Amino acid sequence: MANTTETMNTVAPKVEPEVLSSPTPRQILLTKILGHKGLMFGAIVLLTIFLMALFAPLLAPYDPYHQDLMHRMIPPVWDAKGSWENILGTDHLGRDYLSRLLYGARISLAIGAIAALISGIIGTSMGVAAGYFGGRVDACVTFLINVRLAMPVVLVALAVVALFGGSLQVVITVLGLLLWDRFAVVMRSATLQLRSMEYVTAAKAIGCSTKRILFSEIMPNIANSLIVIVTLEMAHAILLEAALSFLGLGVQPPTPSWGLMVSEGKQMLLFQPWMIAIPGVALFILVLAINLLGDGLRDVSAPENRN
Amino acid sequence: MLVYTLKRLGLALLVTFAVSVLSFALLYLSGDPAAAIAGETANADDIEAVRLHYGLDRPLVVQYGEWMFNAVRGDFGESYYFKLPVSQLVAERLSVTMLLGICGISFALLTAVPLGVAAAVRPNSLVDRIALFLSVMGQAMPSFWFGLVLIVLFSIKLRVLPPSGSDSWQNFVMPTIVLGYYAMPAIMRLTRAGMLDVLGADYVRTARAKGAGEFRVMFKHALRNAIIPVVSLAAVQMGFMLGGSIVVESIFALHGAGYLAWESIGRNDLPTVQALILVFSMFYIVFTFLSDLLNAWLDPRMRVG
Amino acid sequence: MENILSVRGLTVDIPLASGTLHAVRGIDFDVKRGETLCVVGESGSGKSLTSLAIMGLLPKQAQRSARVLDFEGVDLQTASNRDMRKLRGDRISMIFQEPMTSLNPAYTIGDQLIEALLLHRKVPKSVARERAIELLEKVGITAAANRMKQYPHQLSGGLRQRVMIAMALMGEPDLIIADEPTTALDVTIQAQILRLLKDLQRELNMAMILITHDLGVVARVADKVAIMYAGEMVEAGSAAEVFTSPKHPYTRGLLNCIPVPGKTAVGEHLGSIPGIVPSLIGDVAGCAFRSRCDEATAQCASDIPVRISPAGHLYRCVHDYDRSASLSVNQPKSGEA
Repeated sequence: MANTTETMNTVAPKVEPEVLSSPTPRQILLTKILGHKGLMFGAIVLLTIFLMALFAPLLAPYDPYHQDLMHRMIPPVWDAKGSWENILGTDHLGRDYLSRLLYGARISLAIGAIAALISGIIGTSMGVAAGYFGGRVDACVTFLINVRLAMPVVLVALAVVALFGGSLQVVITVLGLLLWDRFAVVMRSATLQLRSMEYVTAAKAIGCSTKRILFSEIMPNIANSLIVIVTLEMAHAILLEAALSFLGLGVQPPTPSWGLMVSEGKQMLLFQPWMIAIPGVALFILVLAINLLGDGLRDVSAPENRN
Repeated sequence: MLVYTLKRLGLALLVTFAVSVLSFALLYLSGDPAAAIAGETANADDIEAVRLHYGLDRPLVVQYGEWMFNAVRGDFGESYYFKLPVSQLVAERLSVTMLLGICGISFALLTAVPLGVAAAVRPNSLVDRIALFLSVMGQAMPSFWFGLVLIVLFSIKLRVLPPSGSDSWQNFVMPTIVLGYYAMPAIMRLTRAGMLDVLGADYVRTARAKGAGEFRVMFKHALRNAIIPVVSLAAVQMGFMLGGSIVVESIFALHGAGYLAWESIGRNDLPTVQALILVFSMFYIVFTFLSDLLNAWLDPRMRVG
Repeated sequence: MENILSVRGLTVDIPLASGTLHAVRGIDFDVKRGETLCVVGESGSGKSLTSLAIMGLLPKQAQRSARVLDFEGVDLQTASNRDMRKLRGDRISMIFQEPMTSLNPAYTIGDQLIEALLLHRKVPKSVARERAIELLEKVGITAAANRMKQYPHQLSGGLRQRVMIAMALMGEPDLIIADEPTTALDVTIQAQILRLLKDLQRELNMAMILITHDLGVVARVADKVAIMYAGEMVEAGSAAEVFTSPKHPYTRGLLNCIPVPGKTAVGEHLGSIPGIVPSLIGDVAGCAFRSRCDEATAQCASDIPVRISPAGHLYRCVHDYDRSASLSVNQPKSGEA
């Protein structure tokens, strides 16, 4: 799209000067992205959390697994009894809360990203196949989507994790295998719409292979909605992992998962409410940032907003 | 209409069957049930005895066939833990979950629909911003955490609501809010988008040109059309909510089916878990089926010719 | 006869990010009982906004002002929302362009017709029902009682527009405003609907404002014609006057665009008006048509007074009509944009 102006110049030499200097679609998109408050907020917060997770070993003041039973449940620094030794205090085993929070971000982000990737691959291939081939393939995929939607996600995930044992890999795999429905639904309808477009018909008419049409005609055009769903499902997976871990059937101790931290803090609900407040707020901010980013991307890529 | 109903019914049955096969396979293939029942201290002989006792040595297909055959007649086997019929256990707990589901969806609809309408009538107004804020919050807030926050607030600080139990209506207040708030953002957004769409429709202008007042235009002419997709969504959300009640019930120790499911998973009580998965998916299937019928009834274009 | 509707200096401004859009710029007209006024203009000339301005149904952001906006002694500018609501559908009715989407898909035809009457009269539902059936028959719908139970999606576009007309008549209006009522319909249906409207208007002795871009329609039904261009009324008068001796170059251009049976030879080049309507955002001065007009002179950039022709019709052009000039309008000049 960068050479739009040149093309216009050769095709229509008489266009007025303003048209020539008008911004390219990419520039318009960039302006829109920069002007969208929610999107920018989400992107900046998410990037910050990502960097914090990435550099957790450098940023964390202590080893997140190191127990110090002499210094248990120290309140955070803003509390009268808190100190700068442990900025966010310590948990019931005397582990530094800030360090666990930083390492916990790694768990959440990894689960969100990998689960969304797995479910994205499953859901997108099913959806695109259904939309493109139609007929029996479509009927089959639609049926599978219905079956999947009918399965109670939390219950099935809990049961499977309980039977397999709660390791990070199991949780990620289970979530990845369960959350593909939205990908399939949206990609199916998007492909269905594209299939009847003239340029796809034209590609078929000139004898392009199915593979070529799918990858060079269909995929680039559904990429926008795909990105939006990736963000939404990432948020979904992060929330689910936290819920599973909270129920004691997700990531197992002593791994620092935010859901697990809330669960451990629950015992001290009465006396140390900050123990659930801190990981809860962290989870909330992370999911909020991802959702705002997703909503923002949907806004700027919506067709009526183009040009 | 009849053909449509029968078609939907057939599909619903097929989905139910597929879910039962899948969940059965998942549970019985994902580990050794006999070892799980016998417990961690059991030796190989004990495990073998358990296996024979529960018929777990037979091929999976036979086991499934037997289970399905009995399940159709309402017999879901015996709980490994309670040594009681699973159907009896589930039936006892289901009323609590259903009550919670109904309260939750009512709460969600009663807040989301008026807010969505108000937001659509005045886009970018204060009401619209509040509605957007509430929905963004609701989508990002982990429900288990929201539940704990409510407990801290209402049970510990204000001491007005009991933190756990299922004996009085007061036990249902916080679970209803948590579960309802989970479903509210999507319903609110769809109501708002639908109303915005419909308010720009020609027939709304026609209603105004007839001399209908604003209230009548909003509720008789606009909402009636905007609500159709909301009904489907609410039904789907209701199915999801009942499935998600497991989290809420475990926070508030509300003795419903979700709580039973959580306990049973911890106890490796496979027949109970299997039955509950089927029951929860049946809820979803029944609700989507009903919503399809309700939709057809609400939308004349689907109902008649 | 007394005027049912008098409009003087009606303007509609729409504030936009890029400036104020002067969509309707000070128009004047009157309609009498039993009279049909045709408002003619191309898309964007402000004709639809004019009708919505009379009905008080402009989009929220649009601003209306007028020196006179009088409907049978009621000043529509100062009338409360409640008073306007009482007028709408009862004494002033409107028929819209899109019959396919102007009826509510969720209710039966009968419900919607009956509602139109019950909103204004305290009559039993059975009376409203009878009137609805009677009017459906009057607009040429057979088996009216059965149609009452049908939903809009079960009816064709032509039938739906007939239903819209019946609905507009439920309250026995004094004035009916039809905004391009035939544009969305098949050509054969167009003629039927137009004839029906004209017959009903005569029979019920209503005033009618017919908004259209189709001069063929005007020729068949109009008593008076108002030509709108870029939010301004450029020429207005009796239909016969305007058609036989058009004074404004735009009117002449429009007339040249329609083939005349017997006069226009097969294969003959029909007229067209080169150029596009100027932007109405920001201050607009002088004649808006001058960029497309062959007769334009320096004078056209200053304020254009309203002039009266010898036969008594109004026009807004500084030039005197010269018959030879009308020919040059229909020949597109090459290279001009």
